Amino acid sequence: MSGAIVEVNDLTVDFRAGRGTIRAVCGVDLSLQPGETVALLGESGSGKSVTLRAMMRLLPKSSRIGGRVRVDDRDVLALSAAELTAYRGRTVSMIFQDPGLAFDPVYRVGDQIAETVIRHEGCSRAAARQRGLELFERVRIPSPGRRLDNFPHEMSGGMRQRAMIALALACRPKVLLADEPTTALDATVQIQVLLLLRELQREFGLAIVFVTHDIGVAVEIADRIAVMYAGRIVESGSCAAVINTASHPYTKGLLASRGHARMGKNDRLKAIPGSPPDLSAPPPGCAFGPRCESFVESCADQVPPSVAIEVGHEARCIRLLA
Amino acid sequence: MSETIALDPRDRGGAGTRLLDVHGLVKHFGGKGGVLTKKNDVVRAVDGVDFFIAKNETIGIVGESGCGKSTTARLVMQIIQPDAGEILFDGEEVGSPALDVRSFRRQAQMVFQDSYASLNPRLTVEDTVAFGPRVHGASAKAAMTSAHDLLHRVGLEPRRFAGRYPHEISGGQRQRVNIARALSLQPRLLILDEAVSALDKSVEAQVLNLLLDLKRDFGLTYMFITHDLHVVRFMSDRIMVMYLGKVAEVGPSDRIFDTPGHPYTAALLASMPSMDPARRTEEAPLSGDPPNPINPPSGCRFHPRCKMVAAVCSVVEPALFNAGGDHFVACHLANPASGHPGA
Repeated sequence: MSGAIVEVNDLTVDFRAGRGTIRAVCGVDLSLQPGETVALLGESGSGKSVTLRAMMRLLPKSSRIGGRVRVDDRDVLALSAAELTAYRGRTVSMIFQDPGLAFDPVYRVGDQIAETVIRHEGCSRAAARQRGLELFERVRIPSPGRRLDNFPHEMSGGMRQRAMIALALACRPKVLLADEPTTALDATVQIQVLLLLRELQREFGLAIVFVTHDIGVAVEIADRIAVMYAGRIVESGSCAAVINTASHPYTKGLLASRGHARMGKNDRLKAIPGSPPDLSAPPPGCAFGPRCESFVESCADQVPPSVAIEVGHEARCIRLLA
Repeated sequence: MSETIALDPRDRGGAGTRLLDVHGLVKHFGGKGGVLTKKNDVVRAVDGVDFFIAKNETIGIVGESGCGKSTTARLVMQIIQPDAGEILFDGEEVGSPALDVRSFRRQAQMVFQDSYASLNPRLTVEDTVAFGPRVHGASAKAAMTSAHDLLHRVGLEPRRFAGRYPHEISGGQRQRVNIARALSLQPRLLILDEAVSALDKSVEAQVLNLLLDLKRDFGLTYMFITHDLHVVRFMSDRIMVMYLGKVAEVGPSDRIFDTPGHPYTAALLASMPSMDPARRTEEAPLSGDPPNPINPPSGCRFHPRCKMVAAVCSVVEPALFNAGGDHFVACHLANPASGHPGA
């Protein structure tokens, strides 16, 4: 698609494990326009975080990345070490689940933000600090001037998360990669951070890839949702399409297992049986087959192709082929 | 279910007696001045909490981090000692000659959030579940037989799972082992402290269903602690909302969800993601982080974050006021005699 800021085609990621290899991501396609938010929704082991890290080349040396990742018209997988350093933070930056690990505990938060700005833009320390102050005001940290001089441990969890967002936006990147940034927060703080991200996105025209395991969070933040299972995107579409007309049995199962307000006391939830597959020995054909209530024998024959349900809404399930 | 109660020889007080009755529970941490804390920095983790759990009931306990929900659970289990307060189990005071801590713990068990950290990595699944009964005097053979029964009951086929170690099974399976172990002494009260929070959503629903089945089959009573408001609604008969070491509101779960009496409960519920793409949340119901329990605000502890705040709120601490039925609210708004203009 023309004008896309992020274009991922047939991304694969393999990890060496013991004698064999584990394919954590097997053929992910993803495309984002500037100013768009896509949520990668999935459980642990679905490959959502690995996909995100591959886009920033943050994976260990034992991994092998295949396919194509283009961000802002650059081939990310071909970048040299020096180009990569310039790319990270400047074009794409990332926020994490645990801001405590993203900050260096022995430096003041303001100095860490200033360091990033100086490194990328070569400006003076005073100008970098001024940028930090503006950002702290922008992410609504109370008494920002004083807070710049805090060490990370002197801030509360929600405030650290805001500071990390400020750090990520310090060099005005075009793409923000968010790896479960609200999972460790209380619901009351989570919604504040989600609203802040939505606001910053509009203002900076950011494209955001937001990884989460929580459907509710995806609905609050995303324009589009891509549901991942065992290393593949099994369903993708606009937020409304995926939630209101879920088509893949896994997506339907996830929605049903949440329960609903009209449930009676002690009613059982409609749970998906079994557990996610072992990626070192994935089931043949559709990886969700062994847990699927609509399983038919031909499901195990081949990996189901992506079937268009309507424009922009696709799912990988052979039952949709008819 | 009432038959199960009548058949239980340990039921001293009968169905009318509360299984757990807690009065004036207080726990403060620190204050002595450690390496990193200033003198007089007292964390008022639990600061005068009263609640009860009826027999065969599930009470859900919700609140933000630091509200004292886990500390309350640990105090009930006698893992930490309360500074003040009284804990009655089926009418007897825990730790009194009539009910020593050891026999109390046989009747009350706990399941924690971290399924891995709460298992001994060097014990197989079957040894883990048989360990408690062995300590309490069962023969090796009897303990193993009942361990296998329980593993079967929680959905882990003993033939496949009995000999495995914790690192060889998934998180959902480990939490099933923890539940089997908790049940191995045939407890009457099960305290579930964020027991499903770390599980994947598709597995979480399975474990919740298992908990519902076990409750019915073994006549259990649950104290269900969670930060996930979605889960708590259909698991609980009553819900207790805590804020900074105090009870803000307690009542039947439908009442709490449909007509919350405390502005904090309302804000907490409104903070849940909407699940409707056409009606996203536009304004955060609460601003700022949960305050620090070291220096809680005067009067009502919620007043600095409350949209309904009035003069009386910073001065007078609201007591739990009966808002009808089993519904109690610690807010001046609920009490017409409080002096709050909105009451």
